[in-house]
Amino acid sequence: MNITKTLDAKGLACPMPIVRTKKTIDSLHSGEILEVQVTDKGALHDFTAWASAGGHTIINQKEEAGVIFFYIQKA
Amino acid sequence: MLRKWTAADVARKVIENKELFILDVRNADAFEEWKIEGHHFQYLNIPYFELLDGVEEILPQIPMNMDVLVVCAKEGSSIMVAEMLSEAGREVGYLEGGMKAWSMHIEPIKVGELAGGGELYQFVRLGKGCLSYMAISEGEAAIIDAVRFTDVFTTFAEEKGVAIKHVLDTHLHADHISGGRHIASQTGASYYLPPKDAEEVVFDYTPLTDGLTIQLGASRIEVGALYSPGHTIGSTSFVIDEQYLLTGDILFIDSIGRPDLAGLAEDWVADLRETLYSRYRKLADGLIVLPAHFMILDELNNDGTVAKRLGDLFAENHGLNVEDEEVFRSMVTDNLPPQPNAYQEIRQVNMGKITPSHEEQTEMEIGPNRCAVR
Repeated sequence: MNITKTLDAKGLACPMPIVRTKKTIDSLHSGEILEVQVTDKGALHDFTAWASAGGHTIINQKEEAGVIFFYIQKA
Repeated sequence: MLRKWTAADVARKVIENKELFILDVRNADAFEEWKIEGHHFQYLNIPYFELLDGVEEILPQIPMNMDVLVVCAKEGSSIMVAEMLSEAGREVGYLEGGMKAWSMHIEPIKVGELAGGGELYQFVRLGKGCLSYMAISEGEAAIIDAVRFTDVFTTFAEEKGVAIKHVLDTHLHADHISGGRHIASQTGASYYLPPKDAEEVVFDYTPLTDGLTIQLGASRIEVGALYSPGHTIGSTSFVIDEQYLLTGDILFIDSIGRPDLAGLAEDWVADLRETLYSRYRKLADGLIVLPAHFMILDELNNDGTVAKRLGDLFAENHGLNVEDEEVFRSMVTDNLPPQPNAYQEIRQVNMGKITPSHEEQTEMEIGPNRCAVR
């Protein structure tokens, strides 16, 4: 997996993880992959719903030591 | 101008049957599962992440002639959206603390008088549908089915100038975390649990057995225990002052208890039937039923209380009017609604086996209570 950019959104509370992610994704090209690191559990469902609403694909997600990693491919 | 609403402000709107337009900016699944219910509330659900580029598109859907409240899970997203609407010239408010605060809010409402100047209060947790009780008489209080926000009860008792002497749970709860044990340890009160529900608990308690009576103050107010299994094997009801029947999760206003949350639906159907169709039938019709939950707002009276004559329930509650035992069995075991969020973990907490943080307890209790079969 080729990660184009990594966004550290750890410690941020809703809505900031999604707000930052959207801004960062806007700066990428179609097909590029963004890694996002979040700690806000409330963001879990929101990321899935946000990505599908925008046509982006979450190609992988994992949790390590309380940090959730999303790998999002831009539509 | 952005107005900050507290959960108490919203509770007044619910209880007083007022209008309110709620813009819920959580994701669709969360909204579908659980929202702020009001008789005259209107709703629009648009997730905040669909509004990041602006709110212009939804402006036509937001009324100008009624209060508009933006709601999210904790409050951050609702502030963001409310500010955007405010910049677009709309007067809107947001809910302080979001659905988390709504889930925690509790309204104490007086249910009635007890003999000799005593009083009975119902604590209505609107967001979760939980009902707790405090009976007061001659400087002493008994609390029944307390939820985990123990301050609400201890502060109320202080304001009333009464000492909490007895704390009782009708059963081992599966949908919410009990505050009973903690109130008892803070105040030195006795904590009562039905022994059949308490086989696995890891703390000391006073066994709540059939026929036990508790004298409150020097008056003749009695809290009498009536063994009434079915929701759990230990479920116990209380008759207070020969006027009120506290049914726990066995009988609700518009539904009956479900027998499966401790995993033994098939085994407990017969107990549930016996309690509802025989034990309760022997009680006086004039008793006022006070359950531990409500499921829908239609169960609230005009003053916000949840209470109805037992005789009326025998006439109107569908769950008390299923003649055929097989039909009844099928009703309470097949096609049950989904179980409450994290109900197994909640039972473990109430047994004292695990001690999650406040934050984790909040997560466990998210969503509706779902203790009933309609």
